[in-house]
Amino acid sequence: MEELAQIFKKNIRQYIMLIALAGIWLVFAVSCGPVFVSPGNLSNLFLQTVTVAIVACGMTLVIVTGNIDLSVGSVAGFAGAVAAVLQVRHGWNTPGAVLAALAAGLAVGAWHGFWIAYRKVPAFIVTLASMLAFRGLILGVTGGSTVAPLRGAFKAIGQQYLPDFLAAPHSFNTSALLIALAAIAIFILTETRKRSGRLRHGFLVTSPGLYVLRLTLISAAIAGFFGVLAFNQGVPYSLLLLMAIALLLNFTAENTVFGRRLYAIGGNPDAARLSGINISSNIMGLFVIYGGIVAAAGLVLTSRLNAATTSAGVNMELDAIAACVIGGTSLMGGEGTIIGSIIGALIMSSLDNGMSLLNMDITYQYVIKGLILLSAVWLDISNRNK
Amino acid sequence: MAHILEVAGITKDFPGVRALDGVTFDVVPGEIHALVGENGAGKSTLMKILSGIYPFGTYGGQVLVEGKEVRFPGIKESERAGIAIIHQEFALVKQMSVAENILLGNEVASGGVIDRPASLAAAESALKLVGLNISPEAVTGRLGVGQQQLVEIAKALRKNVRVLILDEPTAALSEEETRNLLSILKGLSAKGVSCIYISHRLGEVMELADRITVLRDGKTVCTERKSAMTEALMITKMVGRELTSVFPEAAHKTGELFFEVSDWTAEDPASGMRVEDINLTLRHGEVLGIAGLVGSGRTELVMSLFGAWGGRQKGSMKLDGAELSIKTPQEAIAAGLGLVSEDRKRYGLVLPGDIKTNVTLASLEKISSSGVLDKNSEIREGEKYIRDLRIKTPSVEQRVVNLSGGNQQKVVLGKWMMTAPKVLILDEPTRGIDVGAKFEIYTLIDRLARAGMGIIVISSELPEVLGLSDRIMVMREGRVSGELDRQSATQEKIMTLAASLG
Repeated sequence: MEELAQIFKKNIRQYIMLIALAGIWLVFAVSCGPVFVSPGNLSNLFLQTVTVAIVACGMTLVIVTGNIDLSVGSVAGFAGAVAAVLQVRHGWNTPGAVLAALAAGLAVGAWHGFWIAYRKVPAFIVTLASMLAFRGLILGVTGGSTVAPLRGAFKAIGQQYLPDFLAAPHSFNTSALLIALAAIAIFILTETRKRSGRLRHGFLVTSPGLYVLRLTLISAAIAGFFGVLAFNQGVPYSLLLLMAIALLLNFTAENTVFGRRLYAIGGNPDAARLSGINISSNIMGLFVIYGGIVAAAGLVLTSRLNAATTSAGVNMELDAIAACVIGGTSLMGGEGTIIGSIIGALIMSSLDNGMSLLNMDITYQYVIKGLILLSAVWLDISNRNK
Repeated sequence: MAHILEVAGITKDFPGVRALDGVTFDVVPGEIHALVGENGAGKSTLMKILSGIYPFGTYGGQVLVEGKEVRFPGIKESERAGIAIIHQEFALVKQMSVAENILLGNEVASGGVIDRPASLAAAESALKLVGLNISPEAVTGRLGVGQQQLVEIAKALRKNVRVLILDEPTAALSEEETRNLLSILKGLSAKGVSCIYISHRLGEVMELADRITVLRDGKTVCTERKSAMTEALMITKMVGRELTSVFPEAAHKTGELFFEVSDWTAEDPASGMRVEDINLTLRHGEVLGIAGLVGSGRTELVMSLFGAWGGRQKGSMKLDGAELSIKTPQEAIAAGLGLVSEDRKRYGLVLPGDIKTNVTLASLEKISSSGVLDKNSEIREGEKYIRDLRIKTPSVEQRVVNLSGGNQQKVVLGKWMMTAPKVLILDEPTRGIDVGAKFEIYTLIDRLARAGMGIIVISSELPEVLGLSDRIMVMREGRVSGELDRQSATQEKIMTLAASLG
């Protein structure tokens, strides 16, 4: 029990976040009725979260290095517009259009990296400039009008589900079930390997009871998550994309030299520099990768809408930054986790979803979201000062 | 004559250190009273108490103004009592005009609206008091340091200051500006403004002061009229203490000369600071101490060798016979240099990180393959240095922000030991840490030297430099002012080389 209390105290930030998410769901489950927790609505909620969650994953690392990106909405919209215009007006096929959009994203990332890392212009300004400039370029490439409809294969990115591998009709999706089983197996396997590695070297580990409890709870969460999807239409491709990006970035953050350097740069740039870390090239590398992630989010967004619009992605930067901050990323740099930001994004879209179900006046929706963000940061700061 | 300011039995403690221990000191009207002492003797701490930066209640003892006890809760109250401090780094808003700065916090205004003509007139009359003939509308940041300092003094005079505290006012001034400042201070003293003058430049002190107080280890050693003092006497009183026996006994057996810096000059274009014509050699197993006063260029020298300071560099650096060309810390580390920088919180540690991430930060390639970290070997390395350096911590995953100063410094040392440098440079390695940890660090330095590493130690504590070094290089104003070997070095000789006499 004492160990449990200690672990709770040490990770209070993460637990508060999960409790907040559970609390929000509970409030909506009571006030909206069972429709909020129906597989159909939850599945829809996850889909609504995907675009912002993808961006928030990348944004986390950007904020960890002490930078920020205000241009994601415009750049994601721009990448989507490039893909849409190429396929609709120039007859490109889907892979070509997707690759061109990704290349555009990488190039924009390199542009930002150049100014921020090598010309030392604050990221706030560089990306504020891009927020304006790329909103303009969206108008340029689309000619100011909505570009639609898109190719079937392209639409699949944001709208289609992984097909059921059994052709016969079921009440649930068997592919989702298989993915769930695989995910749980991989999770338990990696955790066990981590633990046995530590044990072999005589490092400190949690007690066996707590370890099993942890495995059970997280496995149950994975099962519940995919269960919801299985009883709806299955696993959307966009969600698979999010999971792939999240796993990759999480691995980068926790297990690579590059990731470690990013955290050090954000935690103390002077100490990082004197420890032989090349700050400019690491920041440059991050922004290039991040540009590709933003373009991927733009593709999902455009595909979901089945159109490139001139206002696509407006306010996305604010949702993404809010998701990171609610998820425990420090704007001072040096601290933040990918999974935290995804939960942060889920909290934000749960609010959107629930308040819409309640038919709440849009006025209050904005006000409540604003207040939630404010109190999340205040909670964080008051916790830190203790 | 009645005292305008008097302090009696002032005691001030910092965690683990007693900075002031029963200091007694007084100032009479119109007097220039010099305060001298080694770095760390407690001069700045005393001045921070007088100017309200350390408020009443954080120290013991009494401060009296005109015979009455005062209890300053902050800077404002001490200014109201007529005490103002001119800091080493000026507290001026560089973007504002001279007049705006002089009147900052004391604006000439009615109903919150600034009266511009009256402001300019007020600023002009304040400038006249310090003999500064510039437009009050000039932008402060464009003035030279000497002029900025006079603006700062004018600002203090505007507040009816009766005691002006100057902390190393001439450190950044040219010869001519120094002359000018000294004559202005004499003029102010003739008008009844008292002045507490803190300086390492003993020549200036002898020229300017009416009385001189020497501080050592947080205690008042003596207060004498100038006629009863000489520069040599001041130095003896400043350093006069016995060497304690915490240092390793014998000198090291030194080996081959393997590190050589010749005609080294580096300049930082932003600050205008430079180190010039440095020649330095180091043998295997040798500890070279670098002594000098704050601002003498010691830190800048080692940072420039490490590729972390200065825009332009000239000169050559040879390690094991090979010429090095180092432009960045990466290149320095790859070449075999390590630098434990001063101010560990600012330059040494990633505070949100834990012990293992900090220890491995400069050697990530040693615990990774193709860019992927081996978490187990990371913990292993962290635990190795916890054991080796006896870092007191519950776990290798403890955040360094929660460690004591001594343990934090050991983490930084561990980081550099892990890079296995050939030359390890330590800049003020024991600043702000307790005696026990200091001793452990001395022992470690000795052990590394005996293992054949070349070590350079910068320290402002003379007993430390004397106790650790096989050879001592003394710097003054960006240059080497002399070199002493272990046998012949004394605190007096070092201070004589470090302070500019005459």
